[in-house]
Amino acid sequence: MISPNNQIVFENVSKFYGEILGVNRVNLSLPPGVTSLVGPNGSGKTTLMNLMTGLVQPTQGKVSVLGLTPDQPEELFRYIGYCAQFDSFPKGVTGYEFINSFLRLRGLSSQDANRLTWEAIERVGMTEAARRKVAGYSKGMRQRMRLAQALAHHPTVLVLDEPLNGLDPMARSESIALFEALGKQGMHVIVSSHVLHEVDKISDQVVLMSFGYVVAEGQISGVRSEVKEHPMQILVRCSRPSMLASRLFAQDHVVEAKLHTDGAGLLVRTHDADSFYKLLSQIVQDKEDDFKLEAVAPADDDVNSVYQYLIGSGGGTV
Amino acid sequence: MSVPAQKPVTQQAVNTRPVQLWVAQILAILRIELKKNLMKKRNIWIYLLAFGPVVVIALHVLLGSSDPGGLSEDTNILADIFQLFYLRLAIFFGCMILFTWLYRGEVVEKSLHYYFLAPVRREILIIGKFLAGAITATFIFGLAFFCCFGLMYAHYGRAGMAFVFSGPGLGQLFAYLGVTALACLGYGSVFLALSLIIKNPILPGAAVLLWETFHAVLPSLLQKFSVMFYLKQLCPVSLLPDDGLSLFIVITEPVSPWLAVPGLLCLCAAILIFACFRIRRTEISYLAD
Repeated sequence: MISPNNQIVFENVSKFYGEILGVNRVNLSLPPGVTSLVGPNGSGKTTLMNLMTGLVQPTQGKVSVLGLTPDQPEELFRYIGYCAQFDSFPKGVTGYEFINSFLRLRGLSSQDANRLTWEAIERVGMTEAARRKVAGYSKGMRQRMRLAQALAHHPTVLVLDEPLNGLDPMARSESIALFEALGKQGMHVIVSSHVLHEVDKISDQVVLMSFGYVVAEGQISGVRSEVKEHPMQILVRCSRPSMLASRLFAQDHVVEAKLHTDGAGLLVRTHDADSFYKLLSQIVQDKEDDFKLEAVAPADDDVNSVYQYLIGSGGGTV
Repeated sequence: MSVPAQKPVTQQAVNTRPVQLWVAQILAILRIELKKNLMKKRNIWIYLLAFGPVVVIALHVLLGSSDPGGLSEDTNILADIFQLFYLRLAIFFGCMILFTWLYRGEVVEKSLHYYFLAPVRREILIIGKFLAGAITATFIFGLAFFCCFGLMYAHYGRAGMAFVFSGPGLGQLFAYLGVTALACLGYGSVFLALSLIIKNPILPGAAVLLWETFHAVLPSLLQKFSVMFYLKQLCPVSLLPDDGLSLFIVITEPVSPWLAVPGLLCLCAAILIFACFRIRRTEISYLAD
C-alpha cells in the first residue's frame, strides 16, 4: 500500500498481548478529517490509537502517520496530540503546570510555552481553574484539561480516546463543535466514542471494529450502501404518498413502503437506492401526477444503524 | 470552546539543532522531576535515612560528655558512619526508593504516556530522569553528611577548625562528598535499569544488597562489577576488616582513584546504555502493571 504523506496508514497490522488479540490484519488509510472509531469494549479501538501513537508496537505490520513511523518520536510527536483514556495526571500539578511542563519538554522557550499554555486553556474554557491543583478538579474538568494538553502544541493529528466521557451536555456539544471545526481545517481528528449519535454528526468517515477486526471503513453513506442484506430506509415527505407507494410497488428493488399516519409521507425500504432516487426524480418532473416533494432523507444512513447492521448491538450506545 | 486557526507546529519556535534540543529537553525533565523528587511525600523515608545520623551526632554533641574522645577517634567514627551506614545502607536504600520510582512510579500513577507522547527520544528521557535522581540523592545525602561532618568537628572549637581548614579535614570532606555523588550515580543507574525490567524492586534490591555486601569474598574479576569495590577505595579513611568476613576476603590489587572513578562511571554508562535499549522497546500497558 502506498503511504501518502498526509494519511495515517496501517499496513497489515496485528497486535497481540501475549495470547490475547488486540487487533488483527488491519489495513487502513485514513485521510484528513474527522474519523470515528466505533465498536464495543474490547473491539480494538484503543489498541489502534495506541499503535498510531507508538505507545504499543505492532506484533506484525507497519504503521505510519503522515509518512512518519512511531520510532521517530522527535519528528512524529510534533504532529500528534493524543488525549488518552487514562484519567491520570502527574502528582501535585496545577492545570497550568501540567500543560506548560510538557510544552517545555518539546524544547519551546518559556514565553512560547506560556503563550501556548494559556491559548489551550482558554480554548477549553478552563482559565478560571488553571492555577488550581488538578487533584481538585471534577472529572469533566480533568477531561477538558487533558484535551487542552493534547491540543496545546497545534497538532496536525489529534487522537481522542473517548473524549466526551465525563463532560456535561454543554461541554459535550462545545467539544463536538471543536472537533468538527478542527476536521474542517484539514486536521486528522481520530475519535473513539461509545455515543454513536454524537460522533455520527461530525464524522467524515468511520471505522467499525469488532473483536479486533475492522468490519467496515469509509464514509458512512458508502459503508451503508455496502450493507446489501439490509434494505436502505428512505424517508419521503410529499403530497401524494399513496400514489408514490403504488408506483414504487411496481419496482423489484422496493421491499416495503409504509405510509405515515398523518398521510403526508412514507418510509421506503429498497435494495437499490439509486434506482429509487431516479424514479422519484421522474415522478417529480412528471407534471401530470401533481406530486409535490417536501423532503427526502435516508433514515438509516448513520453510524448507529450501520453499526447495528454490521455488529448487531441494540440501542444507541455501544 | 473556541477554534483559532491552527498554525503548523513546525513553524513554532522549537530548537532545531539536536544537541540544543536535547539539552533543552533534559532541562525540562529536570524541572519536572526535581520538584517531584524533593517534595514527594513517599520520599520522607530518604530524608529520615539521610538525616538520622545528623540527629544522633547532634544529640551526642548537645548531651554528651564535655571531654570528646579525640579528633583521631572521631575521624574513625565518622569513617564508620559513612562507610557502614551511608554507603552500605542509607544511600543504597535511598537510591532504591528514589530511582526505582522514577520509572515505576510513572507506571503506577499512569502518567508515563505523557512523556512518551512528547517529541523526546526515550534515551533523553532516561538520561533526564537519571540526572534528576542523581542530583536529588547527591543533594540529600551530601547535605546530610556535610551536617554530620560539621557537627562532629564543631565542638572541638579551634582544634576542630584547624583540623578542617589547616589539616586533612577539608580534603576528607570533599572526598566523602565525591564518593557520595559516585555512590548515587552507581546505585542510581543499577536501580533505574532494574525498574525497567522488574515490577517489584524488593527481590532484585535484596540481591544487589547481597552482592554489594559480600563482593569482597568474590574473585577479583567479579569484584570489579560491584559499585562498592570502587567506592571503598576512594574513601579517605579506610576501615579495618575486623568482622567475620575478613577470613574469606579475596585481596584484590587496589585501583587508583584515576582508574576507580572512570571505572565506576563506565559501569554506570554501561548500565544506562542497557536501560536506553530497554526503554526503546517499552510499551504502555498500565493494566498489566
